[in-house]
Amino acid sequence: MRSAGIDIGSRAIKFVLCEDGRVVGSTVEDTGSDPLTVCRRVLDGLAYNRITSTGYGRHLFKEHWPEADVISEIKAVAKGVTALVPGCRTIIDIGGQDSKAISLDASGKVQKFTMNDRCAAGTGQFLEMMATALAYTREEFVAAARRASRAQKLSSMCSVFAQSEVVSLIARGAAKEEMALGVHESIASRTAALAGGVPVEAPVAFTGGCARNECLVSLISAAMKHPLRVPESPQTVAALGCALHTAAEGR
Amino acid sequence: MSTDYRPMWKELGLDLEAHDALLGVLGPLHEQTFTRQPQRPEGMKYFDFVMSEVHGLRIKELVDARSSGRKVVGSFCTFVPEELVLALDGILVGLCAGAEFATPEAEKYLPRNTCALIKGAFGFALARVCPYLAASDVVVGENTCDGKKKGYEIFKDLVPNLYVMDLPQTKSAEGRALMRAEFKRFGTYLEGLTGKKLTADALKKGIAAVNAKRSVMHRLGKLRAADPSPISGLDGLLMNQIYFYDDPARFTGSVAKLCDELELRIKRNEGVAPKGTPRILISGCPMAVPNWKLPAIVEKAGAIIVGEESCVGARGTQALTADTGKTVDELLDAVVDRYLKIDCAIFTPNASPVEHVLAMAKELGAQGVIHYGLQFCSPYQIEAGPVEKRLEKEGVPALRIDTDYGQEDIGQIQTRVEAFVERLRG
Repeated sequence: MRSAGIDIGSRAIKFVLCEDGRVVGSTVEDTGSDPLTVCRRVLDGLAYNRITSTGYGRHLFKEHWPEADVISEIKAVAKGVTALVPGCRTIIDIGGQDSKAISLDASGKVQKFTMNDRCAAGTGQFLEMMATALAYTREEFVAAARRASRAQKLSSMCSVFAQSEVVSLIARGAAKEEMALGVHESIASRTAALAGGVPVEAPVAFTGGCARNECLVSLISAAMKHPLRVPESPQTVAALGCALHTAAEGR
Repeated sequence: MSTDYRPMWKELGLDLEAHDALLGVLGPLHEQTFTRQPQRPEGMKYFDFVMSEVHGLRIKELVDARSSGRKVVGSFCTFVPEELVLALDGILVGLCAGAEFATPEAEKYLPRNTCALIKGAFGFALARVCPYLAASDVVVGENTCDGKKKGYEIFKDLVPNLYVMDLPQTKSAEGRALMRAEFKRFGTYLEGLTGKKLTADALKKGIAAVNAKRSVMHRLGKLRAADPSPISGLDGLLMNQIYFYDDPARFTGSVAKLCDELELRIKRNEGVAPKGTPRILISGCPMAVPNWKLPAIVEKAGAIIVGEESCVGARGTQALTADTGKTVDELLDAVVDRYLKIDCAIFTPNASPVEHVLAMAKELGAQGVIHYGLQFCSPYQIEAGPVEKRLEKEGVPALRIDTDYGQEDIGQIQTRVEAFVERLRG
C-alpha cells in the first residue's frame, strides 16, 4: 500500500510518499503563485493508492483531486510528530504564515492548540521580510544573528512596523547582526507566549520550515525553558502526517 | 422583493444608490448561506421570507404603524426593555450593525481599533442605508461597554433623536436601584413620546407579548438538544436575529409552527446532519444580521451548532418577566429583576455566564464550545480567557476565535475550526 501526503503551505508545497508506513520519497517546492501546477508537477508519474492533503491549499487540492482526504495542519503535524518523536507531548510549528502550539495527550491525540492571529508576526514570512529589510539572504541572516554578541531589541511585533523600525535603526547606524538577533529573539518570545496558551510538557518538538533555523531553535528553547526535538526534515512533518493518516485510514 | 420600495426608501431619506449596493450583497449572501443547506425545515421559509423583506415589507409595516400614530423605538442592545415599549403601543426594532459598511466614513468619527459592531452602526448611519434607523422615532443608546458609551456621545449628532439609558456595572443592590431608576425614567420618556399612560394593564400585556416570544425561543432551544439535530445552527441563529425585527406576535406564531415541525422530525429521528455529528455551542459576542461568518465556517467544517450563548441567542432571550405584580411599580420591579439576570460581560464580576455556558453545553449535548470575540471588544475578549480555562478544566474542549466582519481571515479561522472539530471527533 502506497500512501501519499501533500501539504500545500503558503510558501512551500511538501510531499511525502510512504510504502507500508515507510517513507520512500519526499519533495519540497516553492508554492509560488500557481499551487495547482506545482501539485501536478510534484505528483506527475507517481503511483499511490490514496492521498491526503493539508495546508492552506487543502480544499483547493480536493477540488481538483476529489479522491483526496483532507485534514487540518494541526492534525497532520501531530500525526507526523508522533511517528518521528515517540511520546512527544508538545509541538511548536512555525511555517510561512502560521505559528502553532499544539499539546498532545499520551496517545498522541491533539488536546489543545493555539495559533497566531491573522498577522504574520512570529512566522517565517516575518523572518523573510526582516532579512530582506537588512539585505541578507536567508542563510546570511541566520549566520549574522548567531554572530551577534548582543541583540538590538525591536519594539514592534507588526511586520510592517518592524520593517520601518529596522529601516530607521539602520539609519541610526545600529549593527546589522544585532538587529538580526533582535528579530530572532522577538519571534522566540512571541512563540513562548503562544505556547503559554497550551499545557507544555516534555518532550517538545519543533517543526515547520522555521525549525531549520538553528538560531531560532536555540532561542525558542531558551525562551520556553525546554529542550526542543527537531526532526530530521522538519518542513515535511505535516506531509508525512498526511501520508500516515492515509495509511491508517486504510484506503 | 417584488414590490418597488424605492419611493418609500427615498421618503425615509435613504441613499438609494448605496442602499442598492447593500441589498445587492445582502440578498445573495443570505441565499448562498441559507437556502443550500440540506434538509431544511419547511418552517424556515417564513424566516427566509422575512429576511428577503427585511428592508421591504417590514419597513412598510413600520411606516404604516407610524402613520397610524404608533412610535418606533430603535435599539442596539438586548437591555432595552421591550415590555415598556409594547406597553405604550410602541414597536421595538434592532438597528443595523452586523456588517462592514462605509468603514472609512465611520473611521472619521471613531478610532480604527473600535469593534466592528460599533463601527458598523456608524457606517450604516453615515451612509444612510439602515431603514430601521430612518424609521425610528427615537434611538435608545444604552451605556454598556466603553465603546458604545463613548460612541453614543458622537452618535447623538448623527441621528435626529438619541435617548441615552444608563446601566449598572454590578448586580448589587445599588446596581439594581440604578437600573430601576433608569427603567422608570425610560417609561416616563416613552409616555411623553407616545402621549399614552403606562398602566398596569398595558404593562402586563407588554410582558405577556415579550414572554411569549421568549418562551417559544426556549422551546426551540430545547428541541435543538435532539441528536440528530432537527435544525442547523445557521437557521437557529437566523431566527434569533429576526427576533429583533419582526412583529412579536407573528414571530412567536411562526417559531411555534416551526417547533411543531421539529417535534415531528425528532419523533421520526430525522435531522439536518447524521446522528453523532460533532455538536458545538457558540458563546460570546452577539452576531447581528448579516453576520453569519463563523457559523457558516463551523457547519461547513462538518459540525453542527446547537446553541448560541449570546445576546443574539440564549442570553438575549433567557428568563421570563414575572407578571404577578398588581401595580405599575410592582411590574416594573419584575422587569428590572429580569433584565438584571442577563449575563452580560459589562457586569463585574460576571460570575454566572460560565455556569450558563456549562449548563447549556450539558443540556444541548454540545461536545465543545467556541468563544466568539469581536476584535477590540474588551469585555468579552477579556472574559474569554477565564471562560476557556474553566471549560477545559471541566472537560469541555474550548476554542477562542477573535475576529471582525472582514473576510480576509476566513482561511485561518477555517483551519482552527476544522482542527477543533477533529479534536471533538477524537
